[in-house]
Amino acid sequence: MNQKNNKRLIKIIVSFLLVVISYLCRFDQELYNNILYVIAYLIVGFDIVLKAVKNIFRGKIFDENFLMTVATLGAFCIGELEEAVAVMLFYQVGELFQSYAVDKSRKSVANLMDIRPDYANVCREEETLRVDPDEVNVGEIILVKPGEKIPLDGVVVEGESMLNTKSLTGEAIPRKVTVNDEVLSGCINNDGILRIKVRKEFEESTVSKILDLVENASSRKSKSENFISRFAKYYTPIVVIIAILLAVIPSFVIKDAVFSDWLYRALSFLVVSCPCALVISIPLSFFGGIGAASKMGVLIKGSNYLEALASSEIIVCDKTGTLTEGVFKVQKIEATLCSDDDLLRYASYAESFSNHPISLSLKQAYDKEINEKLVTETEEISGKGVKAVVNGKTVLVGNEKLMEQYNIKFQKSNEIGTIVYVAINNEFAGMILIADKIKEDSYKAINLFKSNHIEKIVMLTGDRENISKDVADTLHLDEYHAELLPQDKVSWVEKLMVQKLPNRKLIFVGDGINDAPVLALSDIGVAMGGLGSDAAIEAADIVIMTDELSKIASSIKISKKTMRIVRENIVFAIAVKIGVLVLSAFGIASMWAAVFADVGVSVLAIINALRVLRIKE
Amino acid sequence: MKKYKFKIKNLDCANCANELENTLKKLDTIENVSISFMMQRLSFECIEENKEKAVESIKNVIKKAEPDVVIEEI
Repeated sequence: MNQKNNKRLIKIIVSFLLVVISYLCRFDQELYNNILYVIAYLIVGFDIVLKAVKNIFRGKIFDENFLMTVATLGAFCIGELEEAVAVMLFYQVGELFQSYAVDKSRKSVANLMDIRPDYANVCREEETLRVDPDEVNVGEIILVKPGEKIPLDGVVVEGESMLNTKSLTGEAIPRKVTVNDEVLSGCINNDGILRIKVRKEFEESTVSKILDLVENASSRKSKSENFISRFAKYYTPIVVIIAILLAVIPSFVIKDAVFSDWLYRALSFLVVSCPCALVISIPLSFFGGIGAASKMGVLIKGSNYLEALASSEIIVCDKTGTLTEGVFKVQKIEATLCSDDDLLRYASYAESFSNHPISLSLKQAYDKEINEKLVTETEEISGKGVKAVVNGKTVLVGNEKLMEQYNIKFQKSNEIGTIVYVAINNEFAGMILIADKIKEDSYKAINLFKSNHIEKIVMLTGDRENISKDVADTLHLDEYHAELLPQDKVSWVEKLMVQKLPNRKLIFVGDGINDAPVLALSDIGVAMGGLGSDAAIEAADIVIMTDELSKIASSIKISKKTMRIVRENIVFAIAVKIGVLVLSAFGIASMWAAVFADVGVSVLAIINALRVLRIKE
Repeated sequence: MKKYKFKIKNLDCANCANELENTLKKLDTIENVSISFMMQRLSFECIEENKEKAVESIKNVIKKAEPDVVIEEI
């Protein structure tokens, strides 16, 4: 709690004690009681009266300070001293609580995003200096000890360690890095000592980009926030005007109307007319929702996008890198002559001199040292494959055309993907399937989408028809369109945008590369694997730091919960306020109820809003 | 048009932030003004040459509406 709040708390306690004393000890002369009340009032309310007076001179008459001052001074005038003090006391308690809650949620979001490095250990002229990360230049070497944050993006030049990327990605499992690996600022070095060559200045580093994004998130306001601030603009003046009418008119119209009774009712109106309870709880909820999302590695660029997520209807996905892993791996080996391992070994050896993506995938799957001396007479047959002599045996590795060229009888495979046929000594030895694999997470994500009322999941891809169909069928997608050029993707998204209901939203998910036009066109553009890709962070509305599609489903869940809390708060606060207004107009509700309608509602709305922060995946 | 960001301090209530934002929106020198009460941020866009003038006029508005509030560029 800050100093301002401490002071406020002391004032509240002192004033409260005075009220209790005055209440318990009924002095003979009422005057003494009254003096105690006035002192209690001044202790707790002097600031507010002072502000109100200042504000009048500045032409601000409908502000809270003014309303509370008029209401309480009015109560004094009609002899309701106890109530005057109580109203002021409660008002201050509410303010204190509000300030505390705002502080707390600011802090907890700041903790979530506690990735800003305070310093960097830079190695200059055989000395290690501790400097501001701003002052480190590209190309310099920095030292990161265990437990420290990596301050700038760079490449490891010495050392080995496990990195904790949780604050960036929400991913709990640490990542191993060693020499020549790229590291990103904001990760925490768990164990080893690392020397890192800086690749980007602090301004351009991942950590700066992310902080910038999160800190600016709440400047794009949602419809609910705009609604509530418009509402507040009209609400207060209207209630004040009704209050004035309520104080004046009955005395003229109704026979035997007691002026002070109606004044009391009017003063209750003034207490209820403060708009702050409504206004604070809405941004607080969105703030919490954005915080909860960033905790799991989803960066949302504005409250408006968080709001839109809740009403998403269509999700359009890119294929490669989004639904699939985007890397080509050996998925299947079918050997006919030798063991599967031997087949892979022969193929890898034969391809060992090539840098073709297929040979890279083979070598990666083989994952053992290749003795290049055993490979001779390597010959690349363009568009078909490779011929080589491995350990004295002639090995052919390639596609159907290669097998046909050498008149080898082979079993044609119907697998989806790139099929590599292998022949040893002119005899068919088997095939190896190399394909992009669907991410494990994609299955989970598609199921979650369907259970979260996403009506349609569409895949748009530039890849071949048969491969795309296979992915779409395996994942049970509603629609897919293959062999598209970038401009075709744009026109498909345009078509889908028309199909959805007018108040529902379309989400496009891509890896952020070459997707910029579609990301801009859709209601919500999501870029995946944002870690390290500047283009993606720039172009998208929502950035998922890891490459898990299911994070979108989790974000939709957070969005729905946030929106529910926002609606609850709006309805609850307005209902209570209007209820109390009506009751006090008829003289049923006292000024106490009015204080509850103001302060109590604000406290409850804030507590409700803080629930968003506790959402788990 | 360039975007500028300021830290906005001593702004006590959410509605005050809204009112201040509405008043600032009326200034001609700046566009897309936004105050985020939760992040304590003020952001706006203006032409680079006009920046000094814009900040001056923002400070004037603040002086009138919320004299306790101070802004600092970040």
